[in-house]
Amino acid sequence: MSILVNKDTKVIVQGFTGKEGTFHAEQCLDYGTKIVGGVTPNKGGTTHLGQPVFNTVKEAVLSTGATVSMIFVPPAFVSDAVLEAADAGIELAVIITEGAPVRDMQEAKAYAIKKNMLTIGPNCPGIITAEECKIGIMPGSVFKKGNIGLISKSGTLTYEGANQVCNEGFGITTAVGIGGDPIIGLSYKQLLPLFEADPETEAIVMIGEIGGDLEIQAAAYIKENITKPVVAFIAGQTAPAGKRMGHAGAIISGSAGTAAEKMAALEAAGVSVVKSPADIGKKVSEVLKK
Amino acid sequence: MNVHEYQAKEIFAKYGVPVPRGYVATTVEEAVENAKKLGGKIWVVKAQIHAGGRGLGGGVKLAKSLDEVKELANEILGMTLVTHQTGPEGKLVQKVYIEEGADIADELYLGVVLDRAQEMPVIMASTEGGMAIEDVAAATPEKIIKVAVDPAIGFKGYHGRELAFGLGLPKEQIGKFVKFASALYQVYMENDAEMIEINPLVKTGAGDFVALDGKMGFDDSALGRHPDIEAMRDLSEEDADEREAGEYGLSYIALDGEIGCMVNGAGLAMGTMDTINYMGGTPANFLDVGGKANAETVAKGFEIILKNKNVKAIFVNIFGGIVRCDRIANGILEATKLVDVHVPVVVRLDGTNAPEAAQILKNAGIANVIAATDLGDGAKKAVAAAKGEL
Repeated sequence: MSILVNKDTKVIVQGFTGKEGTFHAEQCLDYGTKIVGGVTPNKGGTTHLGQPVFNTVKEAVLSTGATVSMIFVPPAFVSDAVLEAADAGIELAVIITEGAPVRDMQEAKAYAIKKNMLTIGPNCPGIITAEECKIGIMPGSVFKKGNIGLISKSGTLTYEGANQVCNEGFGITTAVGIGGDPIIGLSYKQLLPLFEADPETEAIVMIGEIGGDLEIQAAAYIKENITKPVVAFIAGQTAPAGKRMGHAGAIISGSAGTAAEKMAALEAAGVSVVKSPADIGKKVSEVLKK
Repeated sequence: MNVHEYQAKEIFAKYGVPVPRGYVATTVEEAVENAKKLGGKIWVVKAQIHAGGRGLGGGVKLAKSLDEVKELANEILGMTLVTHQTGPEGKLVQKVYIEEGADIADELYLGVVLDRAQEMPVIMASTEGGMAIEDVAAATPEKIIKVAVDPAIGFKGYHGRELAFGLGLPKEQIGKFVKFASALYQVYMENDAEMIEINPLVKTGAGDFVALDGKMGFDDSALGRHPDIEAMRDLSEEDADEREAGEYGLSYIALDGEIGCMVNGAGLAMGTMDTINYMGGTPANFLDVGGKANAETVAKGFEIILKNKNVKAIFVNIFGGIVRCDRIANGILEATKLVDVHVPVVVRLDGTNAPEAAQILKNAGIANVIAATDLGDGAKKAVAAAKGEL
């Protein structure tokens, strides 16, 4: 089992024939993801990586039955791509592109919700169900099949966490990189219940960072609803106040959104919080052997 | 990206947000000329730096004669202004804004920011103008009125009325305030602002509203569609090393520790700093090499890190996804040729092409490059190396 995507999930790629889209779609195909086509306006009717190219998402969905779209279009066109996917009946849009304007994402997400389309990202590594389906840019070889669910704002910390979990002899059910922008799609609070309900997931790793309050919301949710063990790390304990560390989301304003605040809230919710990401694997091993 | 007060006011004026008349100056002579142009008997001389708290720091002063304008401009231009937002090193004042004096009956606060929890802009207003809004939020949160505006419907009259009545304004001022707030919301949305703050928003003796101050920050991702705003960028307000790093696709922030960090991904970069700290060391910087790192950018990263004389060791921590470890390894070799890397360099390369990378470094056999097996091991070695124990 897994959450959201599996070996049967049919995926299209928006921005299929571009440099990034091509490189990563090829890696996903190699991993075994069922990429059934792609969309690039004005290239409809051609074939790319052995798959059909369509001019519109609507045509692609009608012709292939795809339910998930992986979005690689340039930042200025992300909102258009998400809106088009929502209108075409896509069920889940995974937005990889970095640098989409916040205002565009606000509009796109509001419309996606209205159309019942789930979104992941933007500016994220994507989602992977180990050894079944990779929709994103993560190095697939790191994710061995197992019983740990993983949710992370940071891309490279997703790889770091998964690698440690696998080195300890465990593996991953599904890992979701939710992105660290100010406005993102699925977050901890929506993903935690999916892992709780997934019979194969035995424990959950949650990786957060400074800025915003999604981790605080997650802590409140975990306290009331999650029975499986949760291991968490919050990046940015040593980040100076008021400085921006790459992600637009990682801004501390006043006391809100500090690492200390988030770690305390998670600990109070019964989560095993580690101070260094180097201890994620060991902590997972510890909580599962209890 | 942030802009100066005078630039924010230029933008405000375009949208009909009332601002006092004023002109910016870079020399004392120009400041006096500006005061003459404005006329009147009272002028305000305001330091233009990208930081709040200028008044308390001595960067905003009232002049009652042209001689005083001259005296104050002379004092403020070239001063290093220290406020609660500049850090202890302060900021050099290179421009002053000469503004006409305002008739102040009352001081309010008005701001617009994105509320990440509600995922829409929120307009904040308070009767406690002229104070740091963080302090108001901490001491008397009930004195801040917040109204979220869903961009799908835009700013409506009731949003403005909720703010105006919340501020306890008399009925003849309600309409004026609603108009002011509506115009400010337009400014926020149409320019892809990240935040706008007017503190104080002044109510004049005649019952009119005027933006006496103006702070604006913009969404960097949206600057491409606002060339007029991008043109307002003042590079001298930005840290030179951070800017240089940016030109190479590196995201760099100087800190005050001893261990230079070079990492891919913002999260892992922060996590690396946290791990160094946890192991008893101190990070000298945040550096994210990004997803397109190559030999040239890595070499540049070394150069920037080593400009900081506090650096006693460097920790390169790469988990290659998009970034290929062999490219990073070649970058390290390149860097040792271009830059005098005189401190120990602990290298941890994992993920895509890690075995090839290890081979490249091994073959090169550089004396002060120390291989690490994982994040914990690397941080431990970097801390030891910085202490001279390796």
